[in-house]
Amino acid sequence: MATVKGEIVVNTERCKGCELCVPVCKEKTIAMSANLNSKGYHFASSINDDCNGCTNCALVCPDGAITVYRVKLKEEKVN
Amino acid sequence: MSYIPTREEIIEDHDNVVYERTCLLTDNPLSYCPGCGHGTAHRLIMEVVEEMNLQADTIGVAPVGCSVLAYDFMNIDMQQAAHGRAPAVATGIKRLMPDKFVFTYQGDGDLAAIGTGETLHACNRGENITVFFVNNGIYGMTGGQMAPTTLPNMKTATSPFGRDTESMGYPLKITELIAMLPGTYYVSRQSVHTPANVRKAKKAIEKAIQYQKLKKGLCFVEIVSNCNSGWKMTPEESNKWMEENMFPYYPLGDIKVPK
Repeated sequence: MATVKGEIVVNTERCKGCELCVPVCKEKTIAMSANLNSKGYHFASSINDDCNGCTNCALVCPDGAITVYRVKLKEEKVN
Repeated sequence: MSYIPTREEIIEDHDNVVYERTCLLTDNPLSYCPGCGHGTAHRLIMEVVEEMNLQADTIGVAPVGCSVLAYDFMNIDMQQAAHGRAPAVATGIKRLMPDKFVFTYQGDGDLAAIGTGETLHACNRGENITVFFVNNGIYGMTGGQMAPTTLPNMKTATSPFGRDTESMGYPLKITELIAMLPGTYYVSRQSVHTPANVRKAKKAIEKAIQYQKLKKGLCFVEIVSNCNSGWKMTPEESNKWMEENMFPYYPLGDIKVPK
């Protein structure tokens, strides 16, 4: 079981829909939204709960639109 | 089974942030095309400046080209120079204020075409400045014309049948050229198209900034980048094309490291 859980928050107005974050996400968490932002770009969005907070998407994002969060999951001890 | 926090619980606590946009980039939307490496290069330089706590002591010199508005995006003291003259302006700033960290940010049309003289002589004089050079092999802002760094047989607006080396010469490897000069201290070539390359490029930028304090010479970091509008490709295709065609001619890695 995963011991970390990540989340991404995309600044949808800043995203230009270049799709560079999609292939670098090993968990296939990112896809382009069917909606448009005010500039007319399909922005990136998180589509599942598999994100592990690796920050790959944020590193390659030219517009710095992605903020990455990560928490460690507390495992209960099994006696 | 452990408790799994919800998305709202994770993102409401700012302590959980592992990566966010640096505060040294302004809120202005970047003027670059979607997928352009300039944005990543800006962000890396500003991240390093922020991590080293140099924001009050940094003076940047913006070029002419796509990144002419760099002073609108970088939240530090900036000066904009005439086309190609950024190393000359940076020389003046550094000589007047030797304690400041001075860098130039230039494209290949600026640094390797009209500004070749300024670049070579600033490197030859061994000025204690740092030069960041973004090489995408084309004049991006003016509409994709052939640049000195355009690859052989590469199609551009002014070489529609491909660059013919017989009449138009060979791509200028300016980074190798200046690495031979004794005035340069650290010369490196990086790229910013994959997470691994971004991390390596950040290391190189860190070194280029640290070495300036030693006053041993000019530090130069070339960033091989894409120009998806000029190359007429999608961002992903252009990154692939760059790996297949640009990297054999412009191999990545450190070219000159201090002994």
